[in-house]
Amino acid sequence: MERLPQVAAAIALPIAALLGYIFVAEWLIGFTPQKVRMRLRPWIWVGPALAFVGFFLVAPSIETFVLSLENATSTSFVGIDNYVTIATDPTVHIALRNNVLWIVLFTGLVLLAGLIIALLADRVPYEGPAKSLVFLPQAISFTAAGTIWKFIYAYQPPGIEQTGTLNAVVTAFGGEPQPWLTLAPGNNIALIMVAVWGWAGFATVILSAALKGIPVELHEAARVDGANEVTVFRRITLPLLMPTITVVATTLVIFALKAFDIVYVMTNGAFDTDVIALRQYKEAFSAHNIGRASAIAILLLAAIVPVLLFNIRRFRAQEAIR
Amino acid sequence: MSVSRRLGPLPVHVAIVALVLLWTIPTLATIVNSFRPPIAIASSGWWTALVPPFNFTIDNYQRVLTTNNMGPSFLNSLTITIPATLVPIAVAAFAAYAFAWMSFPFRNTLFLFLVGLLVVPLQITLVPVLQVYTSLGLNGTFPAIWLAHTGYGLPFAIYLLRNFFGALPKELFEASALDGAGTLTTFFRLVLPLSVPALASLAIFQFLWVWNDLLVALIYLGGTQDVAPMTVTMSGLVNSLGQDWQRLTAAAFISAFLPLVVFIGLQRYFTSGILAGSVKG
Repeated sequence: MERLPQVAAAIALPIAALLGYIFVAEWLIGFTPQKVRMRLRPWIWVGPALAFVGFFLVAPSIETFVLSLENATSTSFVGIDNYVTIATDPTVHIALRNNVLWIVLFTGLVLLAGLIIALLADRVPYEGPAKSLVFLPQAISFTAAGTIWKFIYAYQPPGIEQTGTLNAVVTAFGGEPQPWLTLAPGNNIALIMVAVWGWAGFATVILSAALKGIPVELHEAARVDGANEVTVFRRITLPLLMPTITVVATTLVIFALKAFDIVYVMTNGAFDTDVIALRQYKEAFSAHNIGRASAIAILLLAAIVPVLLFNIRRFRAQEAIR
Repeated sequence: MSVSRRLGPLPVHVAIVALVLLWTIPTLATIVNSFRPPIAIASSGWWTALVPPFNFTIDNYQRVLTTNNMGPSFLNSLTITIPATLVPIAVAAFAAYAFAWMSFPFRNTLFLFLVGLLVVPLQITLVPVLQVYTSLGLNGTFPAIWLAHTGYGLPFAIYLLRNFFGALPKELFEASALDGAGTLTTFFRLVLPLSVPALASLAIFQFLWVWNDLLVALIYLGGTQDVAPMTVTMSGLVNSLGQDWQRLTAAAFISAFLPLVVFIGLQRYFTSGILAGSVKG
């Protein structure tokens, strides 16, 4: 309770500072001639945002590129040595392979689950509650989700009562219990499933909204022409959903590339489950090799550039329509 | 209706109920386990607790809240999250207003640049920002993480708000100018009140993102227990609890409680925000 004043101050002070800034700045430019004021005003309003973005995103990105060309302690220039090292480092190779697994399986499974749930929920009267329940894990941190799923994957040797939900189901059907989190390479899939669980609701909500945007007449016309459900889905629903699917997919690919929390909490990269973001974290904050960590960060950025360009193109197309 | 009749409703119902169960069971299992004694969690599955004799206890909650720092961490999470939600929204609203309704050189180029920044991984910024923080002595303080979350949250916040502000009818601004309203009045009396839905959905996004963040807190708070949010404390417990790891169930539920309440209460805004952010044409 003695913390409450601190929390209250933490909330009030930054807001007061921002309001103070905008009122004082507007008051100050009030003394300048009309022409100057019109020129200055936009910069007053975008100024703080540009400063934040410049300080926290733009400048550090450039700095990281410079650091990637220097040695572990950033004391001498080493050219592309760090890039050569990571290109030949087997731990980086495993991390890269796992990120590819993440991109393909995570993106694919989330889209598949989202599509199936959206399509099915559309046909039942309890659509709202059903979608809400699937959406719920989106609110839970992956740190908590990792913990939650440790109890799903828990393993006891054969013959002992299984406490993990998954192994209990497997043994109930006469199978052998599996150590899901330590058995490579399947353990990557076990980790990816946690993320799929967390994100499927996101895909469901967006795809469901897009589905409802498709005119009913289109479906009915096709059915009148004798098309069955599968044909209607393949020839009408899916093509019309494609733009939305693409947008959702880009968000998912970005998440898969940056995957960190789940792996950090559940296996910490052991048993061949390492990913690029975790590799970078370990190089920077455990091994203290700033040069190599920065090179890995640049590699991550390079992998994201295609998505970045795609987004910019899409945005330009949107603006052209406006 | 004709669809469900032709497919036969039963398989559809079975499939959707099965999927919803599949998505609910992990959370449900954790809640049930969190109220069981650690010995019971370690020796039998959560489902065995659903039949008599019932053996529930709040011991796990008492223990993690007092001896495992989850209590102070809850307050830390609040202290981190509230300013780190409000500040970026305020800064973004100023900027979005200018991007939507003022003309200035490089406006479109700058905005396109922000669209590009939407996907830049924050990992690339960690080391340089940390170095600056260390030299300023900001490491392990609340302002360090408020400022960082503001910077990282801004591209999305500006993008969402600018699209919303820009879609407000032009006539409103013309009428407001005719009435002699200045820039400040128009912003605070017209733009902000009309944008409550967008501001609300952004607030939920940013709140969930900061509350659930592990990486940023891990780096800039440097594992200092006095300021650690629940995600950091919990990931530490994963390693340190050892035999008592069953108590993590209670920790997980404590950390998920507030976002779940926010989420369930304000889901409508969250959904509309997701849709505006990603499928807006």
